[in-house]
Amino acid sequence: MDFGPHLFVASLEGAITAAVLALTAVGLSIVFGIMRVVNVAHGEFFMLGAVIAWWITSLIAGHPALGFTVALIAAPIIVGALAVICNRFVLHKINYEPERTIVATIGLLYVIQQTTLMTFGPEARPVEAPFNKRIALPWFEFGESGFALTWPWGLSTTTYKLAVIAAAVVILLVLWTVMTRTKIGLIMRATQLDQEMAQAYGIAVNKVYALVFGLGAALAALGAVLVVPIQQAHYLMGDDPLLLSFIVVIIGGLGSVPGTVLAAVLIGMSDGIISVFFTPTLAKILATLLVAFVLIFKPDGLFGKRRE
Amino acid sequence: MSIISTHGLSKHYSGLRAVNNVDFDLPDGQVRALIGPNGAGKTTFVGMLSGRIKSSAGSVSFLNTDVTDMPAHKRMSMGMAYTFQITSVFANLSVHENVALAARRAIKGAPSVVNNKVMSVLEQVYLADRTDQIAGDLSYGHQRLLEIGMGLAQSPRLFILDEPTQGLSASEVDGFIELVRVLSKDTTILLIEHNMDVVMRTAHYITVLNFGEILAEGTPAEIRSDTDVQTAYLGTT
Amino acid sequence: MNQAARSVVLHGLVIALLVAMFFVLPEYHSGNLARILVLAVFAMGYNVLFGYTGLLSLGHALFFASGMYGLGLSIQFLSASPMLAIVIGLITAVVVSGVIGFLALRTTGVAFMIVTLMFAQAGFLTVLFFGKYTRGDEGFVIQRAQRILFGVDLSQPLPRYFAALILFAICLCLIAWMVHSRFGKTLVAIRENEERARMLGYDIQRHKLMAVIISGTMSGAAGAAYALLFGYAGASFAAVQYSILPLLYVLLGGAGTTIGPLIGTVFMFYLIDISSEYTDAYLLIAGLALILLTLFAPHGIAGILRKKLAWLP
Repeated sequence: MDFGPHLFVASLEGAITAAVLALTAVGLSIVFGIMRVVNVAHGEFFMLGAVIAWWITSLIAGHPALGFTVALIAAPIIVGALAVICNRFVLHKINYEPERTIVATIGLLYVIQQTTLMTFGPEARPVEAPFNKRIALPWFEFGESGFALTWPWGLSTTTYKLAVIAAAVVILLVLWTVMTRTKIGLIMRATQLDQEMAQAYGIAVNKVYALVFGLGAALAALGAVLVVPIQQAHYLMGDDPLLLSFIVVIIGGLGSVPGTVLAAVLIGMSDGIISVFFTPTLAKILATLLVAFVLIFKPDGLFGKRRE
Repeated sequence: MSIISTHGLSKHYSGLRAVNNVDFDLPDGQVRALIGPNGAGKTTFVGMLSGRIKSSAGSVSFLNTDVTDMPAHKRMSMGMAYTFQITSVFANLSVHENVALAARRAIKGAPSVVNNKVMSVLEQVYLADRTDQIAGDLSYGHQRLLEIGMGLAQSPRLFILDEPTQGLSASEVDGFIELVRVLSKDTTILLIEHNMDVVMRTAHYITVLNFGEILAEGTPAEIRSDTDVQTAYLGTT
Repeated sequence: MNQAARSVVLHGLVIALLVAMFFVLPEYHSGNLARILVLAVFAMGYNVLFGYTGLLSLGHALFFASGMYGLGLSIQFLSASPMLAIVIGLITAVVVSGVIGFLALRTTGVAFMIVTLMFAQAGFLTVLFFGKYTRGDEGFVIQRAQRILFGVDLSQPLPRYFAALILFAICLCLIAWMVHSRFGKTLVAIRENEERARMLGYDIQRHKLMAVIISGTMSGAAGAAYALLFGYAGASFAAVQYSILPLLYVLLGGAGTTIGPLIGTVFMFYLIDISSEYTDAYLLIAGLALILLTLFAPHGIAGILRKKLAWLP
């Protein structure tokens, strides 16, 4: 394949990474933004989403779309509920004290990951996509006969991949509407601005925290369900999304949802494109160093507003 | 000779002028009170003297050295001591260790030398019988005394006290006034104070700050009779 | 007895007990104990920063690996003598912790944790990236012939145990001494109330940087010792798990105590060792321990002991 079409495919793959990453990272971002909690176990909620999706689809016979639809709804709810339990019995008990919270969520990471290893096992397991029609993509070139469309071999995508991108956009728009236009969104934003004030105005901060932590985990699980037909479920699959979400949330400005989405697109796309040029290891080295240096020299993120 | 002086010192917070163009001079050996209504910029001003707050413009000179760009800890080791407006002690450490931490930085001698200094300071601030108590368990008044003790242990040339009598009982205030009189023999004192009784009984000279600028300066008697000060401040209390 | 004398007696007893252990314990356990002693040095190094200075790093695997690869690679590719390799390992740890400290200390709190985590992750990936030399996850073996220090074969159980014990004893004494020094007391002051310490005239940044370097170098010494005594260096020692383990040891044993790190390492090592006989998911224990400790015993075992016995250092 020529360079141009190659890059085109890479950007398309990058867009899928970006879409899933945006969902996962926004989950991490609202948890940090509203609760000031750095959730190191976030990647495990992602992994659980994929594993539960595999479990549900393997239980339901018939057309793959049936099982998948159930999984798409049920997996985020189950994961969200689990997160609410973790919040109630761990984070709430230590008063969301920042350092202890990080240590406790590291503990949760190991507990969730290792429990999955004990039950689900070390194998990677596939989930069948509900629909998966290959579509060839056109490419243009200027040949002897002038401008022409061609269909290079290997330049293709699937309907499912395109659907993932569309679904992520829709979910993020719904989330955005909820956050900005509804009463529950208003309550969440009020809690973010000033927890004590919110309490004084009769907002049940504990309930908001439970809701936010559950929602954050559910978003990660949703991203995982969407991606699992492309990626397979595995008990260690939460590591990369965790790292990437951290990168995205930090670069986008801690707790800023629009910044996070913007950074997710940037990182996801460049992850796809960079891996064409660099080895994935080198790309990850650069990414981790980028996070460290952004935190050191530009702690409000590249897109964050300067706080006085 | 002046211990500390400022020239055109200012602090602006995104449009708000907390301190504006202050020229201030504190001669050696004086007890100076800095007064003014809430929000007059007193804490911001001494914050810039001590280096806790970075100034927006102007300069600070301490012991004839320009310290404008010097970090706080260096100013302290040059001979400044500072007590916080909100009591700030090492709550989990003993009274003795609190003062020893202050003394150790200033005295480079053996542990026994440090220990002697600590004990003499604790005598001065009436805490000699509480050396092994955990600082966080002390009463509020004793914690304030401990803070002053931590300042004393550094044998400072300039001692900045930010509202030291806030929250003290009447008898503790009397003890404090006595302490300032003793201290003023060896050290220059800058006192931010709301209690006018304390100010009138201790200060040699008073600076009145209002809206971030110097409204008046003079002896206690002069300030008492200054009509501007009365309308801005004294009249309202 | 005054404080200093009590400290000498207590730490002397601990070391004497460890000497006796080698002759009392069956070989399997004394072999484990050699490993535990090296890991306890790692934990003590971690404790300098976390327990005494109050800085929570999530990147100490980087310092451990600096010592390990500084030593291992110089033996492997420069045919360095063990002594020279130890020096190179330590210098690597000093330099790496100095640079990381200089950069990471511009941040505080949660940002400091994330920055150290990211640097360590970058270090781990760098080990993988240069897999041609480091052999990545698989790692490389340091031959027995290259592990003879002053004519002593460190691959044998007895010399290996006592080499580990000597390193441990040196570090324990250093820390016991540090705790009573001006420097150590200043670190505690920073942990307790940083702003107050600054306004007493202490140079906070310099003290913190020193603490990172001491902590990192001690961790590096543990890494170098691990490679030399057990003859192996691999990327897993640079992975995030090895940043979490010292935190776990110290939390379990008791942060800011001299013998807490050893207690924590012994308990955790055997917890993981025993549970790994039953399941592959032995890290489950580590996770549960982290959660239970933060919930119920934030001061660890030595912290609980100290509450009952106020004289413990």
